[in-house]
Order: sequence, then C-alpha cells, then structure tokens
Amino acid sequence: MCRLALKTSNETFSPYEVLTAMEAMKEGYDGSGLGLLLRGIEFEDFKYNPRFPILSGIAHTEKAWQHLSSYMEDRGYELKYDHRYHMGPNLIEAEDRFRYFLRAYRMPERFRDKGTEEREEEMMKTRLALRKIGEENNDLTIFSFWPDVVMIKEVGWPMQIGDALCLHDGQIKSRVCMAQGRQNTNYGINLYACHPFFIQGIATMTNGENTAFVPIKEWLLGKKFPGYIGYHSDSEVFAHILHYTLKQLKLPLEAYKHIITPLSTTELEKHPQGDFLKGLRDVCRRLIIDGPNAVIGTLPDETCLLVMDQKKLRPAIVGGHEGTWAIASEICGVDAMIPDRDPTLDFQPMREHTVIVPPDRKELTIWSQHDPFPLPQAA
Amino acid sequence: MVSTRSISVTPGSLTYSDLPWIIEHREDRCTLCGQCTSVCPKEAIHLSHMRQRVPKLDVFSKKRGSNYRNFTGIRQRTTMANSCIGCGMCSMVCPNDAIIAVPGTNENRTLFFENQKGEPNKRGGRRNVQGTTLLDRIMFNRISMLTDPALDAGRHEFSLTTTLGRVLSPEVFLDRKINGGWIPPTREIFPFVIGSMSFGALSPNMWLGLLQGVAYCNEVLGIPVVMCTGEGGCPPWVLRSPYLKYIILQIASGYFGWDEIIRAIPEMQCDPAAIEIKYGQGAKPGDGGLLMWYKVSKLIARLRGVPEGVDLPSPPVHQTLYSIEESVMKMIQTLSTAFNHKVPVYPKISASTSAKSVLNNLVRNPYAAGLMIDGIDGGTGAAYNVSLDATGHPVASCIRECYLDLAAQGMQNEIPIFAAGGIGKNGNVAQNGMALIMLGASGVHIGKYIMQATAGCLGNEKNRCNVCNVGICPKGITSQNPKLYRRLDPDLVAERVADTFMSIKTEVKKIMAPLGRSQSLPIGMADALGIADKDAAERLEIKYVC
Repeated sequence: MCRLALKTSNETFSPYEVLTAMEAMKEGYDGSGLGLLLRGIEFEDFKYNPRFPILSGIAHTEKAWQHLSSYMEDRGYELKYDHRYHMGPNLIEAEDRFRYFLRAYRMPERFRDKGTEEREEEMMKTRLALRKIGEENNDLTIFSFWPDVVMIKEVGWPMQIGDALCLHDGQIKSRVCMAQGRQNTNYGINLYACHPFFIQGIATMTNGENTAFVPIKEWLLGKKFPGYIGYHSDSEVFAHILHYTLKQLKLPLEAYKHIITPLSTTELEKHPQGDFLKGLRDVCRRLIIDGPNAVIGTLPDETCLLVMDQKKLRPAIVGGHEGTWAIASEICGVDAMIPDRDPTLDFQPMREHTVIVPPDRKELTIWSQHDPFPLPQAA
Repeated sequence: MVSTRSISVTPGSLTYSDLPWIIEHREDRCTLCGQCTSVCPKEAIHLSHMRQRVPKLDVFSKKRGSNYRNFTGIRQRTTMANSCIGCGMCSMVCPNDAIIAVPGTNENRTLFFENQKGEPNKRGGRRNVQGTTLLDRIMFNRISMLTDPALDAGRHEFSLTTTLGRVLSPEVFLDRKINGGWIPPTREIFPFVIGSMSFGALSPNMWLGLLQGVAYCNEVLGIPVVMCTGEGGCPPWVLRSPYLKYIILQIASGYFGWDEIIRAIPEMQCDPAAIEIKYGQGAKPGDGGLLMWYKVSKLIARLRGVPEGVDLPSPPVHQTLYSIEESVMKMIQTLSTAFNHKVPVYPKISASTSAKSVLNNLVRNPYAAGLMIDGIDGGTGAAYNVSLDATGHPVASCIRECYLDLAAQGMQNEIPIFAAGGIGKNGNVAQNGMALIMLGASGVHIGKYIMQATAGCLGNEKNRCNVCNVGICPKGITSQNPKLYRRLDPDLVAERVADTFMSIKTEVKKIMAPLGRSQSLPIGMADALGIADKDAAERLEIKYVC
C-alpha cells in the first residue's frame, strides 16, 4: 500500500515538512518512489510571477536537454527562470539523470490576447508534445507545464530523494504540497506511473487500487481528449475523471463524488435531487470507481479535497487549524505536519463525504452526498 | 423384381439398437399398472402380448417338448413416429423401478429417416453439440490480493444492476437537463433476463409460474428481474396489471398479439419494462418464428388473433424491411412513440459477422435503446434441425467485437449490448453470464436454462426430448394441451424462479468479490478474464493463461 500526505498553508513552507510526514508513515510503503506536487511557488533566488507556466521534468541525456530547450524556443516560449537544484547525485538510485529541471516561461506572444481556455489548451499540448518527443528515445520525462505548479517524481525512498534534491534548504517553498510514497507497482514501474497525476492544473493522488481501471480507461480513451493518455497507473484515471467533471462537464466539485461513487437507488429515492443524480449516475456509469481508494486532489485555485471510495477500505484523515491543514493516510502523518493542532478535531471522512479545504483555508467544508446538490440542472 | 414378402423388412425398418434411446424394461418388476404407457409422449411403448416357451423335459419318459406361456409386457416401438425421445417420463412415473430409457450406443440410424414424407427434421431445443462451451472455459483471474483486498461476498454491499435503455453522453444529458430536452427512458434491471419465450411456445401454467416468480423476485427479494414475452403477445389481464413493468414485450415479423397490446395501451397501469423488436434469433437465424398447429389452441388463437389449429410461421423478415435505415429506424421510432417515448425500444438480432454494421446504425439512431445479440447456441421452441445445428454465429466473439467497436467510439455506455445463446448450457449460468458481461455485454438473456432450472425441462444436447415444437412436452412446459400442462404447478415453478435468481445473485457476488468489484457490474472488465486457449484469447483480446 502507499502513503499519502498533503499540507496546505497560507504561509509558504518547505516540501521537506511533507517528506517528514512521509518518513513518519514509512512502515506503510516500500520506498519504490516519490511523487511531489507543489503549488503557490516561491523560489529563493527568483521573484516568480505566478502567471508564468513552469515546466517540470527530467532530462535523461544532454541531447534531450538541448532538444527540449530548442523545442520550447521554437514554439515561442521565452525562458524566464531555470531552476538548478543543489544536488546530491550519489543519493539517486537511477543513473540516467542528466538534469532535473523546473523552468518558468513566458507564454508565446500569440497567446497574449487569447482566452484562458486557449492558453490552457496550448500548455497541455506543449506538455504532451514534449512527452511524445521524450518517449521516442526514452530520454525526456515531463511531469507538468502549468503556472505555479512544480512536480518531481523519482524512484527511491522519499527522504533520500528529498536529500538528493536538497529540498530542505529553502530553495523552493510552496503553499500547497502533496506527496505520495510508492511507485505504482500494480502495472509496472515507470516514472509516469508515480502519483500525483496532473492534467491542466488538476492533480490527484491515490491510496489503493482501482479495480475498475480498465473499463474506465477505455471509456476515457474513447473521449478522444488529447490529455487522456498514459494510464501507466490505475490511479491516473482519478485525475482525469476530476478533470472531466470540472473542465469538460463544468460541474461543481461536489459532483465528483456523485460520479465516482454514486449513491444507491434507494438512497437516491430519498435525495432531494434524486432524479437528476440518478440520471448523472447512468450517464457516468463507466466512471464509477471500485476502490479501495482514498483520493486526495488539488485544484489550480489551491482548493484541496479528500474523498473515499464507497467501501472505505483505505484510510485517510484530515486535521489542522485555520490557515494550515494537512491530509494524510495516517494520524502520525498529520502529527508530523501540524503538531500544534487540536487532534480531537481531526476528521476521517465516511463513504459519503467530500472534504474540501477552500482556498482561504479558514475551515474545512465537509460535504455529504446526501446534501442537496448545488446546481441549476438539478433543481 | 418383386421383393420377397416373407421377410417383413423395409428400407425404413429399424431395430432397437438403431434408435437413439432404448427402453430397458424388467418384466420381473413390472406390475402392469400402465402408468408408463399412458405418460409416454411418443407412445413409444405399448402393452404387448407375448409368448414364452417353457421347456418341458420328462426325464423318465425321455421325452422333450415345450410348454408355452402367454403374458403381457412392455415393448418399445421402432417406427420413426414412435421412437423413444429419452425423456424418461416412464421411469419417473414407474412405482416399481421397472423401466428406464438409456441412450443407444450404436450409431443412430434414425438420423437417416428424419425426413418422413419429405419433411426435414424439425425440433425444439438448441444446437446438439455437447461438452464444455467456450464460455465455460473462461476464468476470472485478476484476483485482488494484498495490493487491494478481496471483498467479502457475504458482507459487502454489492450493486448488481445494469441499465437497459439508451444512455446519453454526459455532455448531452446536462445540456438537455438545462434546456428541457428528452431524456431517453432507462430501466435498472438484474443483468440476467428471462429471455423471450412466447405465450404459445410456453404453456399457460409455465408462463404464469414465471411471472409469479419474477414478481416475487422484484417485490419480495428485491432482485429486479424482468422477462421477455417473445412473439405472441401477452395475456390481456397481464397487460392491464401492475406486473407489466416486469415484462419486455416482443414484437416480431408476424406481429402476433399486437392487436391486443395496442388495444390495451390506454388501460395500462404502468409501462412495460421495454419493447424488443425481433429481427433474428440465434437458434434459427434468417428464419421466422414458428408455432406449429398442434399448439394453436383456442386461447392462443384468441391472443394472437388467428384461427385455431393452423401453423403460425412468422416471415423471416419484417414485411416492411427494405433497408435498415427505413425499417429499423422507423419501427423503433414508431414503437417508442406508441409508448410516449417512455419505454426503451431495442432490436434483437442473431449473432452474425454483420452484427457490427447493425450496431453502428443503432448508434446513430437516438431512439435505439440497446442491442440484443443471440448466438448460435440459443434455444427455440421450433426450428429445422439444420438451422439449429449449423446456422449462426457463436455469441462471445460477436459481443466482444461489438463492444470494442463501441469503445473505440467512446459509446460503450450509451448503447447497452445484451447477449444470449448458450448461457448456462452446462449449468454454469452465473459464470457464463459474467464472462459475457466482462467481455462487454451489459446483461444476458437466459431462456432454455430457465426452462431447465425452473420447470425441469428434460431437453438436452443429446437430443433428449426436444419435442417442444409438437406440443407434447411431457412436463407441460411447452404444451397447449391442458391434459399436459396441468402436470405443471405454477406455484412450484415460481418457487424455482426465486431459487434460481437468489442463487445466481450469490454466484455473481462470489465472482465479483475476489476481483475487488462491488460498486458496479464489471462490464467490459476484460483484464479479469483468461482462457487456456491461445486462439480464443487472441480473438477475444483477453489473456492466454496456462
């Protein structure tokens, strides 16, 4: 099983804090990998403008690194900042790591007056194009290309990777950090198979295995949306379903839970919007996940969420106080991230709950599927 | 040259060992009660006077001679019209274990004479191919272990229903919800449907028993089972009853029974579960329904609006069939309109290499609520043997192809595919059904298995019984003769329906739990399937395992 940790705070903090939570939960994973996603970025040596998309990834060879640079230039991107990790390379297990990169770019001139959707599409297409280039020779891995988002994935023990990239020295800080400590071992080890999964600003990480993976994957592939690719891990579909819910269907976040784990017919018959929700369940039937899973996600506005599957066979807990919240697979993980909270106020969501930490981080929203659904279609 | 008349052997003469079933009769146990001869549907056995020689030897006078004893016993007839069908009713009624029908081990010479008066062999049942089917050989092998826990079939909550009806894409659904468009009707049903067996093919008692059982499953057991009428209408009282919601009404090329149905529409208390338009049947593709005159009783004649005692062959195609666009689309649309667009309407076709083109046409028809594909192993009440045995297409690869085609278009949730034909042929009904579901079917129809499991149908693939077509069903399942169908107690059939579906439900859970599935039916979960047959694995795009 893997372990998950997320911290969100009004003040930026070092990702190393989240790695200490991973360390606290060390008994629960096998050290086969680490995935990190940071939002609300602050670089020590650069005043970052959060409108600039950041390209995160690994160039495995010098040639790939040059290819990447020239590709971005040709596409019209202007390099604003190229972060260089202070490295302890001997701590990295893998050998073909020429350069871990985080590069902030200014969008090409032609997108200056374009709408958000077009800019978002361009960023995704750029990421996919680079990923494709990398897959040709297996020499370039691209994790994300999005404003204010940094991603790192590597094989090994989380703490060791953190030390290798010197994440403890304050060179990068963020307001949101999500971490997962285990490579996907269900479908083969691959850097892309490591959580969190990212698509157009939306990221999720998951604990457990999605047994309905193949039918869901086939359905998403059938949508022919360019970003719905990959699927090296059964958990990647959770990010794509969340993306589909929010961006394609333009439904509120509360709909996610109704799509992945709809209520039963008997429950829906008592629900004030049962008729709409039954319809939604039918049309999204192929997206029903069949856990056990705890899904933790973050959105571009720094909203964080936690949901469980219907069987609730994977643990997760949320705790914290105004301004700072943490979600982890185990209480010791939350303890490591926010020791000064009131643990009696910690909350373990039940099958019907969606825990939402809104961007203001004042208090948790605990939304139940049995609550009225906030949407005009459902009225 | 004139034949020798002293030897009474003709080209058609047969002896016991030429017959497919041989009656073994023990004179020493027989009390001549006559029950076997009266129950035999073929009059294959008769009381016969025989003579026995009793040797007489007078030792002292050194004379040898014979005494003769006359006695009455049971004998088997060897004519084609009366050849034993192996139903075994004689041994079931014999109070003294004096009689049994056993399969003949010699070559079956009757096969060469199944053409009396130039009429080829017609029968009921299904393809006479015995042994393990392809579906029987499929294993469920993606077992949840350690990385995710297997579930407890007895304690977890399982969602075991499937959707019957056209499902919109999520985008269109949300748009129509806002703008008030038509949301096609859907039904949430148990994925094992009682397949189309007509009121006419089945006896009134059998039909009543099934309906009672289905109602009990829905209303008491909470298993939403539905049953399909087959072509031949539905009893008027059922049409006007609240049980109609458990019934899929079938319309086929003869339109039998639809006068009654149309007349009943204004008086219906609820909508039927769905309308099935039969274009083809797996057991006899390209052939229409056939209710032979023996079974057209007064009641059936009334229901179907025809004279009594005439053959009722439905045409192989619908009379309006000119092209798929014009007839299928229009027929689906017309029937949908007749029920105010509140009832799913879907076609049933025989499995065929051309099934995919039908499917792709339906995808573009907004009123089409699904597609039912019936494979070569499907059962029938009456068909030519050559159609049953040699015409058609197995269901598994046809379903898989159609599903993958839908998946490539991203439409697999929108048009449910239902599969039929040979499910439970060897008794493995839940296993066969779930294999098809994981290959991509949304559900399965079971007909012959239901007759066997709920009413004790005696037919099998050794051509046992299989006389459904001529109305002499010894169990009273497919007969319209009150003397025969009164043998069948509808209440006992209903009980068996409940037993059967309770057991299928448990087995389905036992299949899903180790796969870690409980929240939705694993439709298309082909990663969980394996078969120890490379060619089949390649064709079905599942894992080869050994």
